[in-house]
Amino acid sequence: MRRIALAAVAASGLTVMLAGTALSDETDWGAYEVGDKRSGYTYAATETRSIQDDDFENPAMLWVDTGQELWDTVEGEAGKACASCHDDAAVSMAEVGAIYPVYYEPRGKLINIEQRINLCRTENMKAKAWKWESRELLSMTAFVRNQARGRPVAVKIDGPAAPFYEKGKEFYYQRRGQLDMACKNCHEDNAGNMIRANLLSQGQSNGFPTYRLKWQKVGSLHRRFRGCNSQVRATPYKAGSDEYVNLELFLADRGRGLPVETPAVRN
Amino acid sequence: MAKPKPRVKVPKTAAKGEVLEIKTLITHKMESGQRKDKKTGEKIPQKIINKFVCAFNGKEVFSADWHPAISANPFMSFYAVATESGTFEFTWTDDDGSVYSKTAQLTVG
Repeated sequence: MRRIALAAVAASGLTVMLAGTALSDETDWGAYEVGDKRSGYTYAATETRSIQDDDFENPAMLWVDTGQELWDTVEGEAGKACASCHDDAAVSMAEVGAIYPVYYEPRGKLINIEQRINLCRTENMKAKAWKWESRELLSMTAFVRNQARGRPVAVKIDGPAAPFYEKGKEFYYQRRGQLDMACKNCHEDNAGNMIRANLLSQGQSNGFPTYRLKWQKVGSLHRRFRGCNSQVRATPYKAGSDEYVNLELFLADRGRGLPVETPAVRN
Repeated sequence: MAKPKPRVKVPKTAAKGEVLEIKTLITHKMESGQRKDKKTGEKIPQKIINKFVCAFNGKEVFSADWHPAISANPFMSFYAVATESGTFEFTWTDDDGSVYSKTAQLTVG
């Protein structure tokens, strides 16, 4: 999204002037910094941060609004909407955004929010699953996770989730692709340094699904994973694959304590 | 693509002479006409919102022509001075002729 510069126009009754923002650069990041963990927010440009700070200006809120509508929409053979079982999302979904992905007994593996939504759709609503990266699934995920905004990320990595956490960790430190780079080579070793024209962040996941200016829309964390993987010239895994969900858990733990920012705005 | 959804933010009430910030946002792909379909290699035709107009009590008070370089989901904000109560009407005109609109009330007291 871009700000549009305007020439001053005068009209009877109303006067119209140039729009602009001035925001000084702070160093105290408040909740966006926990110990040595820093949210991607702190690496973003002032202009980008100001878009995120204002819920009206934040274009991702349009997806959240759509999610709210879908929440109340009855679909499928069971004649149910999300609201039929879960009622008010502000109450029932208050924690979800901070604690997913979780271990899901019937499948014997981890599931993330997207997968949980589709499970509800196929099993409880008897409706069709939404496609990954579709407007519906992104909207619902953003809406659900938005309910936990401000809550510190607190995933469970012990018990049955432990082996999956280990796999995610292994993935993170595993070099891959023609460039032979692991996630950590950029996001741990070089966070804060430039990679060509871009500033590398710590690669925290607390703001996803995120409105990315480059994408001109909201995108999932797995889309970001696929982007990173192909940038090091590795073959990306499928969105929603076990590898990525395990990585999602590891990343959530890595950013433990950072507030859920969904929907964040990044460059 | 889903039907574009406009949003506007206008204060409900204002004192006479007060400067108001008006914010607008609309979901739209703003297809520039420069992109090619990756599979077929054919150009994707341009489809953008080319005109934004704000009218107050039926009178145009602000307008803007938009061009292909305007990004998706365009945000537009501007300022106005409140002089009388009335209705704002915001309209966005699409390349295909569709018009999306939204109204907002302002009470000046």
